[in-house]
Amino acid sequence: MEHLIYLLFILALSVFLGFALISRVPPLLHTPLMSEANAISGITLIGALVAAGSEINSTLTIVLGVFSVGLASFNVVGGYLLTEKMLKMFKKKGQ
Amino acid sequence: MNTDVFISLAYIVSAVLFAFGLKLLGSPATARKGNLLSAIGMLLAVVVTLTSRHIIDYKWIVLGLLAGSALGVYAANRAKMIQMPEMVALLHGFGGLASVFVDWVAFDSHLHLGLIATVSIYLSILIGGITFTGSCVAWGKLSEKLPGSPISFPGQKLLTILIFLAVVVCGVIFIGFPGHHYTVFLILLGLSLLLGVLLVIPIGGADMPVVISVLNSYSGLVACTTGFVLDNTLLIVAGALVGANGVILSIIMCKAMNRSLINVLFGGLGSSTKKSVTETGEAKPISAEDAFLVLESAKSVVIVPGYGLAVAQAQHAVRELGELLEENGCDVKYAIHPVAGRMPGHMNVLLAEANVPYDQLLEMDAVNPTMNMVDVCIVIGANDVVNPAAREDEASPIYGMPVINVDEAKTVFVLKRSMASGFAGIENPLFYKENTRMIFGDAKSTVQSLVAEFKSAAE
Repeated sequence: MEHLIYLLFILALSVFLGFALISRVPPLLHTPLMSEANAISGITLIGALVAAGSEINSTLTIVLGVFSVGLASFNVVGGYLLTEKMLKMFKKKGQ
Repeated sequence: MNTDVFISLAYIVSAVLFAFGLKLLGSPATARKGNLLSAIGMLLAVVVTLTSRHIIDYKWIVLGLLAGSALGVYAANRAKMIQMPEMVALLHGFGGLASVFVDWVAFDSHLHLGLIATVSIYLSILIGGITFTGSCVAWGKLSEKLPGSPISFPGQKLLTILIFLAVVVCGVIFIGFPGHHYTVFLILLGLSLLLGVLLVIPIGGADMPVVISVLNSYSGLVACTTGFVLDNTLLIVAGALVGANGVILSIIMCKAMNRSLINVLFGGLGSSTKKSVTETGEAKPISAEDAFLVLESAKSVVIVPGYGLAVAQAQHAVRELGELLEENGCDVKYAIHPVAGRMPGHMNVLLAEANVPYDQLLEMDAVNPTMNMVDVCIVIGANDVVNPAAREDEASPIYGMPVINVDEAKTVFVLKRSMASGFAGIENPLFYKENTRMIFGDAKSTVQSLVAEFKSAAE
């Protein structure tokens, strides 16, 4: 129970941090913001790595593991590259 | 120092980099650096995780990483800016499915799960399943592989409610009764996937900015609940950041449409029974040549783009017109409504792609107070977001929605294909106002002919 409280504590502060940071992003950048958020949600990749590489191996867990690594890394790589692609286009006058 | 402690410390650095990256996204000048820092944080997290003592076999990991990354690079390189909403929807879906699989493995390999893990797996499968199929439907609608209009069938609402009740029953058995309920797990997964489809198909194409934002917050939530399953604090922090992002964007989008989230997600527009006052009057058309004469003497011009501009691929022609106007000594600004386009900020990206400097892209609230000083307002491919009925006509279905007050400008040009009303079928009294002139035809060719007029006048 104590451990749950500790995790919820982290959750509460992170949500607060998220609201504080994201409400300061101008609408101009909302599309890149969303694709970066997308890439961050690919953090599930670190769970997927353990799932695909752990010792308990049935065919099912291997297939699920490989697919979760593949999907999450698509999310991470695609997300960050798309964000960069978009942000590169935002130029100031005369830049 | 053992590796577990080392990994946890590295995760703290990653979490800080994610947060700092989002902070730098607060300004276009630092945004690229922010994205880079965030990516470094992710790379760090992945690399240290690979040193974990729980990982014994690397061949499947390498296979998944290579395939996923290669496809990611390919997709990002190919995606055009107008396709951004559907790409983002697809990424949400993949993120959701990845989390579902991770939780499935956790469920499959642990016969005895604690209460926290069981509740978290239940929530993960539910939210992850909805995120996956919901995003797939959103992707289909945005890429026009599915019809953009709301899809409904008799008994749809009842079916959705029944499935929802079944999900609750599954939850009671899954969490409340001891044991390893594999069948219930699979039923729950199936129901969640079905629920995702049912929840998104009745939502129309124009409400997609809200749907994408909501799915964004779900994809964060599911990363978060997966963090509780795996007891991984970095997943919780990152998931919470993404979840907060989705919530904020959903709220902004709903406010910009003056609708509640519940109304967008579960109720259709146009339920107003009051008869709206139909504007009588005649729309006054103007030729491109005459429009040019007005523009030539204008000192300030505000261009209001809508999704129609992107569909007509007119953004490059518009940027050229803007530059010619500036050379002519005119002040040119672009006024962007929050829900213009198919996702939050979409119109800004499309104009940035056409090399419009971002300091000319203004928000609705920055433009409206100065609108009465504007000589000419050019509305291109926008309709409901400039509809004065939102201010004036209490019976209008969009009454109360914040709009760009283009009718306050001295002259308004509306570029439009025909007199048909917008997606929602709402009458727009703007077209009949005293100071409004309609330029009929394809937006791109109209703008191009204005550009040609300017060029021939300069010679």
